[in-house]
Amino acid sequence: MPGRAEGGASRIRSRVMHFGPHLLLAALEGLVTSAVLALTALGLSLVFGVMRVVNVAHGEFFMLGAVLAWAISTAISGHPAIGFVAALVIAPLLVGLIALIAERLVLRRLNYNPEGTIVATIGMLYIIQQLALTFYGPEARPVEPPFSYRILLPWFGYSGYKLSVVAASAILLLITWLVLTRTKIGLIMRATQYDRETAQAFGIPVERVYAGVFAVGAMLAAIGAVLIVPISQAHYLMGQDPLLLSFIVVIIGGLGSLRGTVVAAVLIGLSDGIISMFFSPTLAKIIATLVVAMVLVFRPQGLFGTTPR
Amino acid sequence: MRDASPAKTYALHIGVIALLFVLNFVLPDYHQGLFARIMALAVFAMGYNLLFGYVGLLSLGHAMFFSAGLYGAGLTVYHLGWGVPEAFLAGVACGALLALAVGLLALRTSGVAFMIVTMMFAQVFYLLILYFAAWTGGDQGLVIQQAARVVSIGGASLDLTNPTVRYMSALALFSVVLLITLAIVRSRFGRVLVAIRENEERTKMLGYDTVANKLAAVVASGAICAASGAAYALLFGYVGSSFAGVQYSILPLLWVLLGGAATTLGPLVGTLFMYYVTDITSGFTSAYLLIVGVALILLVLFFPKGILGSIRERWLRWLP
Repeated sequence: MPGRAEGGASRIRSRVMHFGPHLLLAALEGLVTSAVLALTALGLSLVFGVMRVVNVAHGEFFMLGAVLAWAISTAISGHPAIGFVAALVIAPLLVGLIALIAERLVLRRLNYNPEGTIVATIGMLYIIQQLALTFYGPEARPVEPPFSYRILLPWFGYSGYKLSVVAASAILLLITWLVLTRTKIGLIMRATQYDRETAQAFGIPVERVYAGVFAVGAMLAAIGAVLIVPISQAHYLMGQDPLLLSFIVVIIGGLGSLRGTVVAAVLIGLSDGIISMFFSPTLAKIIATLVVAMVLVFRPQGLFGTTPR
Repeated sequence: MRDASPAKTYALHIGVIALLFVLNFVLPDYHQGLFARIMALAVFAMGYNLLFGYVGLLSLGHAMFFSAGLYGAGLTVYHLGWGVPEAFLAGVACGALLALAVGLLALRTSGVAFMIVTMMFAQVFYLLILYFAAWTGGDQGLVIQQAARVVSIGGASLDLTNPTVRYMSALALFSVVLLITLAIVRSRFGRVLVAIRENEERTKMLGYDTVANKLAAVVASGAICAASGAAYALLFGYVGSSFAGVQYSILPLLWVLLGGAATTLGPLVGTLFMYYVTDITSGFTSAYLLIVGVALILLVLFFPKGILGSIRERWLRWLP
């Protein structure tokens, strides 16, 4: 996540910078984390909300998006923007296709049994990770940002690309919200989420909805990864942090609630950025994980939505 | 069904233990070492099986109990200079206490939430090991010297680094835990656990305190896993944070699924099978995790009952 990558540099800068600008920088970094986290967590939340299964391999779809983005952008010569745009379009489509195949071959045969799905997606996690290690290698590799404009603030210059990531994420979240609430596809998805049997009785092709939701969930993670890869780097183990953070966001935000997911992502991203700039990142993670575990223990409805059905 | 053939059941278990005893003198050096490791880790799988197989609680955080035993034994030897028996007991006690605390909190949830909560507690435990790297050695780990791994009983001294002593110690622990699990499974307590797995509401209605029974199962499972960890630290002389990672929470699940959940000997069969598959394939590929992944998916798709579970279903109905 970007907050951590920049942490070291900004800690050195902090000797010359005052507290206010320092906090602003931490908040900006946190906002970039939040933007990517919101997309990734939304993917997990959609899958969990509609299909009622936990996809442990979600972080690996994120990683695949980043690795494919590197592959695509290095394969295309010319201005970095061309390669980046190509990656932004092709990488999520490929990841969606892989997710679709996985859904078809494994999850559907398991009949979406929650525990079976967890074990199977753990298996997918290992397979994808190992294949990435074999074909991509253990190195962390950068992707060139499409543009390198710096916005000059009175205290420091800030990457224009990072701010555009926030904007892109906001637009994508808005589109998802419109699709979910204003279109027939969204209506079908919500009907399936609300009551699978009744939806099926009304002629909704539930299996196709599940396949689509699983693919879209993976694609959202992949898009988040393509956006972040010019800032951090592509690495075959990069899926683990987003997976855990997405779990946390989904738990705190409440299930199937897009607004909750976004609010929680901003909350987690900002606090992650700010806490890890002032405290040891390990301690910050310990506290955050413990707090979320306690939320889950004492307010489990946070996980399953507020309205019991 | 279960009480129909106690003689056959005991004969089978004693037979397995006797077979493992004989193997010590037959196996070549390399495989003798591998078997010692497998028996120590099979104890871990048995502890996991008690909770997953018999109570039906899927935990994704058992690495914390294993590593509580590992560090409980390893750190007391390393920093306090404790003897082997005291350190082993300290490891088991650490695991049991941790299991009690985790059980009290995590058992308030169920299903998917239980998995995520246990996973998060295990993650906290793992991060704490890294955070206190000054004492735990962080991800480098600690090596326990040979001199600290000698047990002296009366006049005789047993060197745990000696292959045969190590093999016999692992076998002793394995045998004790195997017979304990067998006794638990055949007891009233064991049958209540299975009843909870099959229908918790009905069990509650019959007047059983399901929460207390589940908590007891978590503590027993945690203590057994910690015994495995403590033995591992003392027998193989290494303590490291990789044993607390998510992977070591998933491995016992894999071993138990492979061998057969809710069978007493399944954990041994699963651990043995997986260890040898990994060992043989690592000769021509480094893609060890790929095999774990494929195995998990194939198991859950085609053999959800595992090797011994399928055998029990088809041929040997009396298998415990």
